[in-house]
Amino acid sequence: MSQDSTLRTFQVATGICLVCSLFVSTAAVMLAPRQGENKRLDRIKNVLMAGHLEEAGKSAGQIYRERVEDRWVNLTTGDFVPDDQLADLPDPNEFDIKAMMMDSFHGEDIPADEDIARIKRRPKNMVVYVVKEGQRLQQVILPIYGKGLWSTLYGFLALKDDMRTVSGIAFYEHKETPGLGGEVDNAGWKASWRDKLALSEEGSVVIEVIKGRVDPESEQAHRQIDGLSGATITTRGVDQLVKYWLGEYGFGPFLKRLREER
Amino acid sequence: MSAYRKALFDPFFNDNPIALQTLGICSALAITTKLETAVVMSLAVTLVTACSSLAVSLVRNTLPSSIRILGQMTIIASLVILADQFLQAFVYDISKQLSVFVGLIITNCIVLGRTEGFAMKNPPGLSFVDGIGNGLGYSFVLVVVAVFRELLGSGKLFGVTVLPLTTEGGWYTANGLFLLAPSAFILIALFIWALRTCKPEQVED
Repeated sequence: MSQDSTLRTFQVATGICLVCSLFVSTAAVMLAPRQGENKRLDRIKNVLMAGHLEEAGKSAGQIYRERVEDRWVNLTTGDFVPDDQLADLPDPNEFDIKAMMMDSFHGEDIPADEDIARIKRRPKNMVVYVVKEGQRLQQVILPIYGKGLWSTLYGFLALKDDMRTVSGIAFYEHKETPGLGGEVDNAGWKASWRDKLALSEEGSVVIEVIKGRVDPESEQAHRQIDGLSGATITTRGVDQLVKYWLGEYGFGPFLKRLREER
Repeated sequence: MSAYRKALFDPFFNDNPIALQTLGICSALAITTKLETAVVMSLAVTLVTACSSLAVSLVRNTLPSSIRILGQMTIIASLVILADQFLQAFVYDISKQLSVFVGLIITNCIVLGRTEGFAMKNPPGLSFVDGIGNGLGYSFVLVVVAVFRELLGSGKLFGVTVLPLTTEGGWYTANGLFLLAPSAFILIALFIWALRTCKPEQVED
């Protein structure tokens, strides 16, 4: 049979595809548990980072097990999802914002006039991370996301026990320009969020990321964050997404409830 | 033996894939802001080039010429997916930073360039070494560019502070240009200029 005959061509093509697909699928299946574990650990690390919970000499997984409680919250009502409804939701460990917001059952559209973070859809229920010291609520760490310049930024925002003051912020996924918008990962900038006032006593959002530097003499300095230089749009994106998630259409109802229960 | 040595070392200066063949520039711009990502990307590209050259060379006599390129692309794409899967499983942080660029190794012209240009005509052992050589030639440029970009752009090497930044209380004002893609063009151009000054026979008419 000639090497270039049609039959021969099909045989070789099929052979190559079969061998290649065998390799690819074996690797994908064998490595999937490890990759899933990596994703989970990465999220845990960022939860701990936002809440300043890291301790030297302890693994992220261990601290998480000891100190953090992950619970589903209904965004509309602001309640923890009651136990009898948890069956409809995945394990908190498997919480995947992207998959859930696009899902027709788990996700919902955000009305355009409320959508200041420009995310269009959100999960109806989200996992929040509660840190307790004994019985006393010490911190709550909220998942947040919103559009920057090139990408959607995904992260966590931690609030202190008064549910009004920021404890920390961390982004675990974004594709902003390194060195400019990518400076949302800058340790110094993230540290500047600590102890800023996020919500007024009435519960309206007062925190803002401004363009340029915060004037330390200003009366507003306790609720303002430096903008990222050279990254106006990322800065505005972070400002808007924090406002959205802390506001009445985001975690507002949930935070209000926690403040009342205190 | 000299054929092997030539296949391995020529791609560094005499026949550098980026500088002389001008292949693979796209990824060289994208992932050289940090040395760490550049090194991991280099390893991935080197392994993919070497293994795909080996695999293509093994099937070179059975592969009908009408589906020659398709066959090569299938092999390359599979190896790239393998590389991506391994990165996600073992160096997750870095694979997150490399994001889409690992997948884009498929379209890195160096890989197809070597399988089509070399592995289709040469025995497996030599093709494998040629793949390694070209991968390393690419890596060499990537690492040089990344050293300059990370050092001048963020004052660090491998994430360790070398030049303390003014934003963190040091004396060095970071040059933001080096974090943007155009700086890689400039650096690669300087590299090519230096290379062609030393080796005038590489100058094109």
